[in-house]
Amino acid sequence: MIRFLFKGIIRDRHRSRFPILIITGGVMLTVLMHSWITGVFGDIIDYNAKYATGHVKIMSRAYSENVDQMPNDLSLLDANQLMRDLEKRYPEMTWVNRITFGGLLDVPDANGETQSQGTAVAMGIDLFSPKSQEPKRLNISNAMIRGQMPKQSGEILLSETFCKNLNLSPGHSVTIITSTMFGSMSMANLVISGTIQFGIKAMDRGALIMNLSDARQILDMEDAASEILGYFNTNTYDDIKAQALAKEFNAHFSNPENEFSPLMLPLTSQNDLKGMIDFANQMAGFIIFIFVSVMSIVLWNSGLLSGLRRYGEIGLRLAIGEDKGHVYRSMLAESVIIGIMGTIGGIAIGLALSYLLQTVGFDMGNMMENATLMMPTVLRAHITPVTYYIGIFPGIISTVLGTALAGVGIYRRKTAQLFKELEV
Amino acid sequence: MIKRFILILMLCCTSAYSQLPSGKQILDAIDANMASDSRMMTSQMIIHGRRGSRTITSKTWAQGEDSSFTEYLEPARERGTKMLKLEDKLWMYSTSTDRTIQISGHMLRQSVMGSDLSYEDFLENSKLIDYYEATVTQKDTLHGRTCWLLDLTAKTPDVAYHKRRLWVDVEYAVPLRAELFAKSGKLLKRTDMSDIQRIQGRWFPKTILFKDVLKEGDGTEFKVTEVEFDAPIPANMLSKAALRK
Repeated sequence: MIRFLFKGIIRDRHRSRFPILIITGGVMLTVLMHSWITGVFGDIIDYNAKYATGHVKIMSRAYSENVDQMPNDLSLLDANQLMRDLEKRYPEMTWVNRITFGGLLDVPDANGETQSQGTAVAMGIDLFSPKSQEPKRLNISNAMIRGQMPKQSGEILLSETFCKNLNLSPGHSVTIITSTMFGSMSMANLVISGTIQFGIKAMDRGALIMNLSDARQILDMEDAASEILGYFNTNTYDDIKAQALAKEFNAHFSNPENEFSPLMLPLTSQNDLKGMIDFANQMAGFIIFIFVSVMSIVLWNSGLLSGLRRYGEIGLRLAIGEDKGHVYRSMLAESVIIGIMGTIGGIAIGLALSYLLQTVGFDMGNMMENATLMMPTVLRAHITPVTYYIGIFPGIISTVLGTALAGVGIYRRKTAQLFKELEV
Repeated sequence: MIKRFILILMLCCTSAYSQLPSGKQILDAIDANMASDSRMMTSQMIIHGRRGSRTITSKTWAQGEDSSFTEYLEPARERGTKMLKLEDKLWMYSTSTDRTIQISGHMLRQSVMGSDLSYEDFLENSKLIDYYEATVTQKDTLHGRTCWLLDLTAKTPDVAYHKRRLWVDVEYAVPLRAELFAKSGKLLKRTDMSDIQRIQGRWFPKTILFKDVLKEGDGTEFKVTEVEFDAPIPANMLSKAALRK
């Protein structure tokens, strides 16, 4: 039967060409849009996790209320003990201490006086410990443009854009002016060992990376931490686990009455990322819904046209005794075959285009000059296992739905009039 | 009858207004107390933060409106840090870096050492009469003292605070309270002056509580421990070379 229907579809191309093209186009767009949304939103979440939020983040309650201002005067104290507690209590996580702060970077002239200045956002991370995963996590080696990794205290990595603006190169000395966690003014001379470009506008404007111990010394934060970030050892964010972890931690360590007690927030509770994730999921569902609806209507229309063209054929089949239900079912089976053919074509083309967007990407750098969101300038699609089958549902359902609606006309044919109609 | 009542009311109003001095007169009196051609001052800044208080001691030499030199004396971490203001430029020197760094533009509005004072507040020694038009609005009472209530509006746009409201002690001609506003009308800071003492023929508040209303915390107390008006300033004190000495 299937072979018979398949031969019919192949031999009578007028019957199948238009529906297959529609399905191919629709499935292709579904696959492409799904991989694009997955890629863009996935990158935003991934970049935020790596550079800003962790999978979970611990701050003092007071710090968390003004986290955008990086208020190091509200940092966590006894951070070393807290880190030990975390490592013992939650071994499934990797915990890292980071200090982020703003400062004025001053470039001296030959006489040691101010030549130029710029504002920098500095991040103190563990650069030197042999076991530290921070350089890898922040993709520092790939972000290096000139120079080399810091090898000793007092050496820093500075944004390539920032260096170009202030005419700086590796080897140059600069002074950072900032405030200690107690509000005192703090100045420190630093040497640029290398320049970096993360491809994230929000960071590339003025990012400065230094070793954690240097940041602690400059900010007078020997046993303090502005933020402790936790990453699942699987390196994959799991919102359910992160929520449960935060709930358990806060119940044990946090005290709502004490504004300096630690508070753990999962990734989705930071930087408005929950809204973004929900939006991405809703968009994916919305796109599939739109394509199924639109394609069903188009294919319904196509089926009606086809029904008119095949009016005589169906009439003859009914006249020679074929059951109406059988005719209807055979048309549905035919539509499934057409759906599969269109879906295969759509998935193939959609995957090819997605692969292209995944590899080459789409550079939005010029449109993100003032972006504050932690997201890459080159947006890319991302092919996941779901990308391979996401098109099957709209591809086949819409064809079957369209045919089912169009085929209802079969049941309206009156057998008594068939021969009269066929004579015409 | 009604005409007579209106006449009496008008006379009363005129009489009441005639008791208010002009804004210029009061500003002149304030400047005579607060501003000087030169001064040397040792002060303590007690910063009340959310985590506790800390005290910073400094010594300042100021000449006219535009030149001043400050050296931090305590605590140990700040000791040796120096600030030099010449006209609208400010330089900082720290012993730890042996660098002289210029602070300019919006940085002048940043907090000094985490206090409620900005660099502009800290270095202010200008005469109010030169920068503000003043209107006396009413008599008021503050902390049991009779005050003139003054509304000041900037004559030029290059001032830190576009509007000020002052409660000026009628007897001492010293502001007991000042509210400092942005051009939008938003209240930015409030200062309360107390411990007014007679020094070299002037009335001068030795304690000022600064409160940046946009910050949490209990404000910053600025206590003058020693002050000498029209003090001779060493010739090379107000120069960049003095920063490294």
